[in-house]
Amino acid sequence: MKKIYPDARAALDGLCFDGMTVMSGGFGLCGIPENLIAALRDTGAKDLTVISNNAGVDDFGLGLLLQTRQIKKMISSYVGENKEFERQYLSNELELEFNPQGTLAERCRAGGAGIPAFYTKTGVGTMIAEGKEHKEFNGETYIMETGLIADLSIVKAWKGDEQGNLVFRKTARNFNPMMATAGKVTVAEVEEIVPLGSLDPDCIHTPGIFVQRMIKGDHEKRIEQRTVRQRENA
Amino acid sequence: MPWDRNQMAERAAKELEDGFYVNLGIGIPTLVANYIGEDIDVTLQSENGMLGMGPFPYEDEVDPDLINAGKQTITELRRTSYFSSADSFGMIRGGHIDLSILGAMEVSEKGDLANWMIPGKMVKGMGGAMDLVAGVKRVVVVMDHTSKNGDPKLLHECSLPLTGQGVVDMVITNLGVFEIDETGMKLTELAPDVTVEDVKASTEADFEVAV
Repeated sequence: MKKIYPDARAALDGLCFDGMTVMSGGFGLCGIPENLIAALRDTGAKDLTVISNNAGVDDFGLGLLLQTRQIKKMISSYVGENKEFERQYLSNELELEFNPQGTLAERCRAGGAGIPAFYTKTGVGTMIAEGKEHKEFNGETYIMETGLIADLSIVKAWKGDEQGNLVFRKTARNFNPMMATAGKVTVAEVEEIVPLGSLDPDCIHTPGIFVQRMIKGDHEKRIEQRTVRQRENA
Repeated sequence: MPWDRNQMAERAAKELEDGFYVNLGIGIPTLVANYIGEDIDVTLQSENGMLGMGPFPYEDEVDPDLINAGKQTITELRRTSYFSSADSFGMIRGGHIDLSILGAMEVSEKGDLANWMIPGKMVKGMGGAMDLVAGVKRVVVVMDHTSKNGDPKLLHECSLPLTGQGVVDMVITNLGVFEIDETGMKLTELAPDVTVEDVKASTEADFEVAV
């Protein structure tokens, strides 16, 4: 089976439909599948439930899908960088489910690993715990959280081979490995497609079994908070 | 004279011990990194997936694939490791991180913390804060003693939605230092020239004086 597709549009062909659930990797704008997000917008699929730690910024990343009102609901941990998101949410145009970041990561991991639910102490005593099963283990209270799976996961990696084996780079790894496991179909975009055998099998982050389609993308890699220090004069 | 932001961060840095793995929040807590003693070895964790966080980069070192949890560009060290968000929060939730220093909107005398939401107004989200306060061994809050309007932030009960219940061990404000345990809240240090009466006048919470 050939996993490599010529471009993002071709890689999403036949996978998108109204009302679908999409997982999108990345933390802030770091490690987001920018090419696949743009291609998802171009499919016109609407009423999407999007699971992603953040919602991009107004004109980049998932902000593109907010501009076109293709998102019905977001499941995220932090959306502070997106004014359009805040506006749509406060005017009830958009549903939002806040998940603590670690709970969100674990829900994706659990979903991909066939674990329907797990217990965590994160959020006990807060509004996150409302309506959730509480259970005591060793004298401490935990709440039950459910695993998540998506109709489509889109992820970004540094390098990939024709088998779909992926390697991520630095903090651009973030949510991508778990989301790759939790998609009924996972499409990866990489900076470089490398020959089979050139990735050290001991250093592959996401084994190819989790990746059904792959493209080589062009990445703008926009920086949200460029923070630098000055060299002291010698 | 009350402490300024840097002096609060300097005071918070005294809570670091040799060998600690530490997570620093956004704002004043980030400044704590500037005051880590030369004689101790501390590893900073960034919850987006990095252990061993280095200083901000020089202009020619900026790498879009290398950011901290505040989305700022940073650098790596020789000790650095990278991992997924699931592994990162496994570290946090699993109690492997020694200390979390973070900001707050409100703290109650029982150690409840509110720092993520103002209903109907501010909708940003909790990010990793709920996981950090639930999982990290010791939680230190660094914040101004009162709000911009002069309202107390140390309260009997938090009025805002909670980030965690009974999770705060210490609060460092511009006026002084408080410790919180099962018996309640205790004022243990005062900033220079600040009196207990000054603190009482801008605090709603009940506290024992142990300076």
